[in-house]
Amino acid sequence: MKRKVALYGLLCLLCVPFVFPTWWMVTSSMKPISEIFSESLLPSEPTFATYSQVFRMQPFGQQYWNSLYIAVVVTLGTMAVAALAGYAFARIRFPGQNVLFVVVLTGLLIPSEVTIVPLFQLFQSLGLTNTHWPLIIVPIFGAPCVLAIFIMRQFFIALPPELEEAARMDGLGRAGIFYRVALPLARPALGAVAIFTFLHSWNLYLEPIVYLSTPDMFTLPQALTQFVDNYGGPMWNVQLAAATMTAVPILVVFVLAQRQFIEGLAHTGVKG
Amino acid sequence: MTFWTYRRRDNLVGYLFVAPALLGSLAFVLVPLGLVGWYSLNEWNVLGGTFEFIGAENYQRLLADEKLRSALVATAWFAAGLVVLNLSLALLLAVLLNQKLRGTTIFRTLFFSPVLVSLVAWTLVWQLMLQPEGSVNGLLGFLGVDGPNWLRGDTTAMISVIVVQVIKNVGLNMVLFLAALQGVPAPLYEAAKIDGAGPWTRFRRITIPLISPTILLTSIITIVGSLQVFAQIAVLTQGGPGTSTTVLIYYLYQQAFQFHHFGYGATISVLLFVIVAALTLMQWRMRRKWVLHET
Repeated sequence: MKRKVALYGLLCLLCVPFVFPTWWMVTSSMKPISEIFSESLLPSEPTFATYSQVFRMQPFGQQYWNSLYIAVVVTLGTMAVAALAGYAFARIRFPGQNVLFVVVLTGLLIPSEVTIVPLFQLFQSLGLTNTHWPLIIVPIFGAPCVLAIFIMRQFFIALPPELEEAARMDGLGRAGIFYRVALPLARPALGAVAIFTFLHSWNLYLEPIVYLSTPDMFTLPQALTQFVDNYGGPMWNVQLAAATMTAVPILVVFVLAQRQFIEGLAHTGVKG
Repeated sequence: MTFWTYRRRDNLVGYLFVAPALLGSLAFVLVPLGLVGWYSLNEWNVLGGTFEFIGAENYQRLLADEKLRSALVATAWFAAGLVVLNLSLALLLAVLLNQKLRGTTIFRTLFFSPVLVSLVAWTLVWQLMLQPEGSVNGLLGFLGVDGPNWLRGDTTAMISVIVVQVIKNVGLNMVLFLAALQGVPAPLYEAAKIDGAGPWTRFRRITIPLISPTILLTSIITIVGSLQVFAQIAVLTQGGPGTSTTVLIYYLYQQAFQFHHFGYGATISVLLFVIVAALTLMQWRMRRKWVLHET
């Protein structure tokens, strides 16, 4: 009994640095600037003026949309590319397969930060800087996708071949087997890939600040740092109102689906 | 015999399926990597519009660059601090959550939640909390300690960046450790208990050896990840004060995109690539060894 109380006490104590920042983000966003450094855990008079100020200072709705649609497109695109390639590398025998797999796998050795200079050069020569193309195309087809391909391949390798053979007997072609049999079974792996990819795209920071230059093109991480006063000092409460709007929706989704989230990630972490 | 045998058609489908990934790898990974190598042999100032072959000069500059040396030192400190703190905290949390206790799911959710808070949002609130009159020092003052100006001191800035990053992402490693702990067969503990081994001995002699593959994997994943930490540093310290938190990737960003030295930036990229590739290959070799070891 004593041990239990001690354990709970320890867990609660350890929780503080994990929970407090989120709490502080939400409550500080409702404080007037004069109260921002006060020690009280709640704003004395909660105000939502900061939230409307967010939209006055930046095209925040547009920026929110930019981040959201880029993350969704990148997630769907990565799932498609990774499922196709992962399946082929795992289940189809074709000449040169192993060499091609190694070629793709080298992406794991080359994080996209390493190639940012030539990629910038490439997109600039195509006239695609200050567009969302680099933020969409590179993650779907480039280095960030390789881990997803690897996860999908590991999953398909473990799939029992009998299922596919039965489908083949029924006269289904390769594409049909992939789409009707293998893909539906791959839902857990695809889920994990989707979570990883979405978060990666949602948090991307280096690439947006390298490629994008006008506020209406910005993504959220980049936009969050733009809430400064005329002297370049941060407008804490407005900044945190914007931050709250970017963080809370994802947290809510997570709490609702937390089993799938954590178990999916643990699954791929161990296997991948 | 028709030309389109099942085998031939299967080959074609295979090539078509891997084509997007393969072409993407060529266009966005391998060719750019080759270009990084080529650029590093040139003096290229974008603003000046100069592009001229200079051979190994950038590499000589690299060796003599004091700032690069300090960036490597900062990177090493950052990686070391991050790995030690991250893994020990992750293991501690996983062990605590692995106890037979009601409500561990709630705690697991809470410890994991920062992983989901968007990175810059997380960094911004810590920036506020780490101000001289912020809530971290408020808490310290409550305990009777006069807190420093965290982001303005060399050592404290480095500590701050590490801690902010650890708390953000320790949940991931915690989940991996938790899965590994749950894979340790319970009879082993029972047997050790009968032999009179205390909890600490059981932990050291059974748990640690059995989860050591996970410890190894997480440590290398965490080190490689630490080399890619950019946003937190760009927002919290901008590499400062001085150059105390200017890690390699931030230095790369400064040289290439703030000072427009693309050639020299590419040279730093080559260095970053060599470090990441060496660590990743090491991880693969070790993993293979561990897998053999297991069977």
